[in-house]
Amino acid sequence: MYAGHELFSPEGASWSVKYTGIPVSPSVYARIRSWLLQEQENPEPDLYQGSLILRKVENVRMLDRYNARKPSVGTLYLTATHLIFVDPDGKKETWILHMHIANVEKLPLTTSGSPLQIRCKTFLSVTFVVPRERDCQEVFVTLQQLSQPVHIEDLYCFHYTSSTEDIPKPAGWNFFDLQSEYQRMRVPNDQWSLTLLNKDYELCDTYPRYLYVPSTASTTLLMGSSRFRSKGRLPVLSYLHRNKAVICRCSQPLSGFSARCMEDEQLLNCILRTNPNSSYMYVVDTRPRINAMANRAAGKGYENENFYENIKFHFLGIDNIHVMRSSLSKLIETCELKAPSMGSFLSGIESSGWMRHIRSILETSWFIAQALEDGISVVVHCSDGWDRTAQVCSLASIFLDPYYRTIQGFQALIEKDWLAFGHKFSERCGHVAGDPKEVSPVFTQLVDCTWQLTQQFPTTFQFNERFLLTLHDHVQSCQFGTFIGNCEKDRVDLKLSERTFSLWGYMANHMNEYINPLYSTDANPDVLVPNISPQNIRFWRGMYCRFENGVHPREPLGDLLLATCDHSSSLEDHIRLLTKRINALKEQLADKGEKRRSFTSDALESTDVVLDNKYLYEKGCGEDTDNLTAIKLSHAATNGVVIPPVKPRSVELISVDQLAAELNSVALDWKTLRNIRECICSTPFDHFSRKYHCWKCGEVFCTRCIDKHTALPGHHSQRAVPVCKPCYREIRRSSSIESP
Amino acid sequence: MEFADMILIPKLDGVVLHGPFQKPVDGTLCITGHHLILSSRKEGGEELWLMHHNVDSIERKPNGALGGSLIIKCKDFRIIQLDINSTDEFMKVATSIERLSSLDEPTKQYPFFYRPMFPILEDGWTAFRPETEFSQLVTAQSDEWRFSYVNKDFSVCPTYPSTVIVPRCVDDETIMAAAAFREGGRFPVLSYRHEGGSVLLRSSQPLTGPSGRRCKDDERLINSVLGPGKRGYIIDTRTQALAQAAKSRGGGFETEVHYPQWRRVNKPIDRHSVLLDSLAKLMDACNDTSASMDRWLSRLEACNWMSHIKDTLNCACLVAQCLDQEGASVLVHGSEGTDATLLVTSLAQVILNPDCRTVRGLEALVEREWLQAGHPFPVRHARSCYASSGSRGKAQAPTFLLFLDCVNQIHQQFPCSFEFSTHLLILLFEHSYSSQFGTFQGTCEADRVRLQLAQKTVSLWSHLNRPDVLQSFLNPMYDPNNRVIWPSVAPMSLTLWSELFLRWVVDQSPQRQAWRTITALRERDKELRLKATRLRRQLAELEREAVEAGVLAPAAVLPASPTPGADLLPAPVPAEVA
Repeated sequence: MYAGHELFSPEGASWSVKYTGIPVSPSVYARIRSWLLQEQENPEPDLYQGSLILRKVENVRMLDRYNARKPSVGTLYLTATHLIFVDPDGKKETWILHMHIANVEKLPLTTSGSPLQIRCKTFLSVTFVVPRERDCQEVFVTLQQLSQPVHIEDLYCFHYTSSTEDIPKPAGWNFFDLQSEYQRMRVPNDQWSLTLLNKDYELCDTYPRYLYVPSTASTTLLMGSSRFRSKGRLPVLSYLHRNKAVICRCSQPLSGFSARCMEDEQLLNCILRTNPNSSYMYVVDTRPRINAMANRAAGKGYENENFYENIKFHFLGIDNIHVMRSSLSKLIETCELKAPSMGSFLSGIESSGWMRHIRSILETSWFIAQALEDGISVVVHCSDGWDRTAQVCSLASIFLDPYYRTIQGFQALIEKDWLAFGHKFSERCGHVAGDPKEVSPVFTQLVDCTWQLTQQFPTTFQFNERFLLTLHDHVQSCQFGTFIGNCEKDRVDLKLSERTFSLWGYMANHMNEYINPLYSTDANPDVLVPNISPQNIRFWRGMYCRFENGVHPREPLGDLLLATCDHSSSLEDHIRLLTKRINALKEQLADKGEKRRSFTSDALESTDVVLDNKYLYEKGCGEDTDNLTAIKLSHAATNGVVIPPVKPRSVELISVDQLAAELNSVALDWKTLRNIRECICSTPFDHFSRKYHCWKCGEVFCTRCIDKHTALPGHHSQRAVPVCKPCYREIRRSSSIESP
Repeated sequence: MEFADMILIPKLDGVVLHGPFQKPVDGTLCITGHHLILSSRKEGGEELWLMHHNVDSIERKPNGALGGSLIIKCKDFRIIQLDINSTDEFMKVATSIERLSSLDEPTKQYPFFYRPMFPILEDGWTAFRPETEFSQLVTAQSDEWRFSYVNKDFSVCPTYPSTVIVPRCVDDETIMAAAAFREGGRFPVLSYRHEGGSVLLRSSQPLTGPSGRRCKDDERLINSVLGPGKRGYIIDTRTQALAQAAKSRGGGFETEVHYPQWRRVNKPIDRHSVLLDSLAKLMDACNDTSASMDRWLSRLEACNWMSHIKDTLNCACLVAQCLDQEGASVLVHGSEGTDATLLVTSLAQVILNPDCRTVRGLEALVEREWLQAGHPFPVRHARSCYASSGSRGKAQAPTFLLFLDCVNQIHQQFPCSFEFSTHLLILLFEHSYSSQFGTFQGTCEADRVRLQLAQKTVSLWSHLNRPDVLQSFLNPMYDPNNRVIWPSVAPMSLTLWSELFLRWVVDQSPQRQAWRTITALRERDKELRLKATRLRRQLAELEREAVEAGVLAPAAVLPASPTPGADLLPAPVPAEVA
């Protein structure tokens, strides 16, 4: 029975509950799921009720690579937004957002039916066997249409409606603006100024409205240079380092074999002269030399060192989008190998070349970062300057500036180097039907490279793996308008900020999930010095094998640490309240006078409480004068000096009931996250589903069951914290009784 | 030869040391009987203390008449270089280190000279005797198991300890007869009894020979552990072909006809020189940081180290599955039963037995399944991966390191189920190759007795079990887990142990920093919980006092408990804390 067993998970044998797919927003989930439940009870369901359901196919089998003999059988529902597979016996649910589907393939007919393989942009891969070929064909056709709409306006974000517990529509759209990001870098300044030449996207339609250029560069110069650059993408400021060295970005020059452009040459010279510390600068062409040479035949190419004053030209050899696309698909094939040996897995990884590409991006970025740190400015381009250039500019900035290692900074970086400077998200992610050759995992590589750095430096990034994965999911999901379109102009034209939600708004609402508990600002060096030796570049299992259930660590360290931090924070808050109550009671007892002796001895016994008073004193002196008096009094009492009772203006009166309620509202111990397989609502947990503690009862819940936040009576700060539904009701009830 | 004769040059000035993660140090080199010492003679300057026994190979790179460089490669994977600017002295230093590092005589080793600077609170030599380790089992299951002292003078099996656990119903004569039928006299003994009663036995191969000899006593001994009608598994760590080939040399395997209740399964695990070659290739690849990505990946694949881990874990999981899921007993053996066999039986216990995931449990496991079970450490670890293939003998193998790496892999997958951190595994790796402690000296129990190790040397456990030392090896994330832990053996789940293999080429300080932060976070959480509990108790007392004094109105509905709030205090020991 055990020959050939690859995964030893006997736990899995008795427990086949699985929830696969990207976590769905609670409102969407609740709406669709309530429909499903209703439908199950209703013997004659209306298939098109509420326009939600398009198709329903029964007796579908979902194949499991590791458990081929026991496929789960269930019903496949096709809704307007999701493909949902429900196996009622195995308690298994698989949700696939149509927008996440990368490709659907009909495999050769088998005796048991027609297999349909679905590969997702999130690296989920599933195969359904549909009993009737006709049904399969219908699902196949529908999915193909739904996963890649023809019109951009049909994308999910234009229909997505968030429910009340989520955020208002404008939230997030105003979080970042380009000008303030440049201001943070102290631009404009003497050397760099804002030009409004591109105010109406006339100079370059794939660039942002606001461009920062050397103050010495005239309009003619800029316009001339723009004409000499592919797609008009002239050299402009991307990052200003504290030592005045800069990263400027552009596209390749239209140099062909011999063409030159005085304005372009002068603009580069202006850039060089903004940096007083170096007599030369680098021009980095991130392409392999051969690619750049080939471009010359098409009238494009690279800068001739002889024409440009004081530049040092470098090719750095990152491959193009087509190489990256096929590399990733080879990597995924390796991940999908059936029962791979160690050798075939490693050689698959090697021959995919993926890790080599990751390393070359990091190497190039580090080259740029080092140049800047050495005081030398760098002008970066590739072909059009929106893929490789975006990757290396942003990674070099991460190396150089600790700000970009924070959540906010990383988002600002994406806003600047990717969104504003026209990384073609919609084409690269294949949001709408188009040329499949334009699809490429360029952004996936940025996320991967960033992850590599978080692994090398576990305490220097404010965000965790979940943040990167969520970001990656939603770049593809089209649920938010943030990544729709190919450039800033597209997004303005589509009025996305009015019509859709922003991912940044959503993320701001879930910030506590993205925090790296090990992040510390004091251990964060200004310049991150990476080790890019091949031994130190790792395969990111959490990304590419994300939905492979058995292969991940069974005890997720990150989530456990996050829970520890939340728990500590709850306790701290509770301790502050306890200290306050103790002091108040002591004061009342002291007032009473007759109990003074026993009280004195009591206070002497617990010296640490007096310490807490000091803490409270410092912490809350402004806000809580009652407390202050209490502290003074208790100090006096411990010294045994009899002070005439000074009646505080208002002593907060506490009842025994209230105290009990306060103590009852904070769980001292939280249930361990280990071995919890499903939420009370019977939603199964998987390794990637975040589990939440109710801060009141300490039990563990799924994201849908812990959507309430409220202040706990036992917390001093009275901030809103996550609680489960029953606890929420209980607190609500008691607070309405207490405060009529 | 005396030490004085081997040290050709005890002291030399002006030697430059190049080591990993440090600037070259100019200093004085001292060669003592057991150490190579380099001191910069400056306050707080870099110093090198290297035990000769740690040296795996020395490469001489003469530089004409100007001396030369010595590349010293250590068993702990470190590579250092000493620049010496006079040829004569260069040769003398090289020869001295070569002689001192290949010192074979056990009693000349450092543990016999080392005197501890700490008081020995608990003697590690007596901490894990079979009598104490198995006392509970033998008492609780006295109708099934007993101690046997048949090997008290090491005559029945020279590599077994004097005390072994055997089935109650089998007498010592049967055991002696069975021992004669097993290679090296390594008759089947109890290794582990799983809850539920299934047992893990280990032995060496039966001496069936080409003619297919049988031994009734051996059959009786093995069958006695199976209940009536029960079946068991014999896991052979060799390929079927190897097992077959062993017959012609007098060894062999249990034939189905004579052991009808047992089902044989071959789960091959490579051994000896194959493993050492694999490690040598791995370390070559790890040290070549200038290689391209593709070259590194292909070398990582070609060295097969990760495959060995996968095979080993796979086999251990299979054994654990038989014991736990099927409730079937298992006998594990290969040829001699001193290498792959121990690898499998010890790993199966890490998977099955929560005790083995504590510090003491791991120490006991290493004692039981490796030291007392007769894994010949001084032979296996005489040379390691940097030794030239000519000087590597057939008997040298990093089997124990493979065990540690497998434990590390399980640790990566269950980071909260182990009381110790992976630093403890690295410590064991280091001490198993060169140490001031006597624990890994001697090839087996008999050898240890002969060398009087317990009297003349200090046990590693005596050092490790001191509270202040132990503290630094504890896992802050530990949350006792009583379950069986099933690791994934899928290729993507197994990762290179960079903490160990890359520690001299990739700076591990960010990881150490992370570890310190985790420890601090967990400590703080524990303290806060204690404080909250204490304050709640204090508040409850004050509350009672206040109610008595009439300052506080009693509860509207009188609570059952005389001290309100007391019932809200948590149980003193939380069963499970987040």
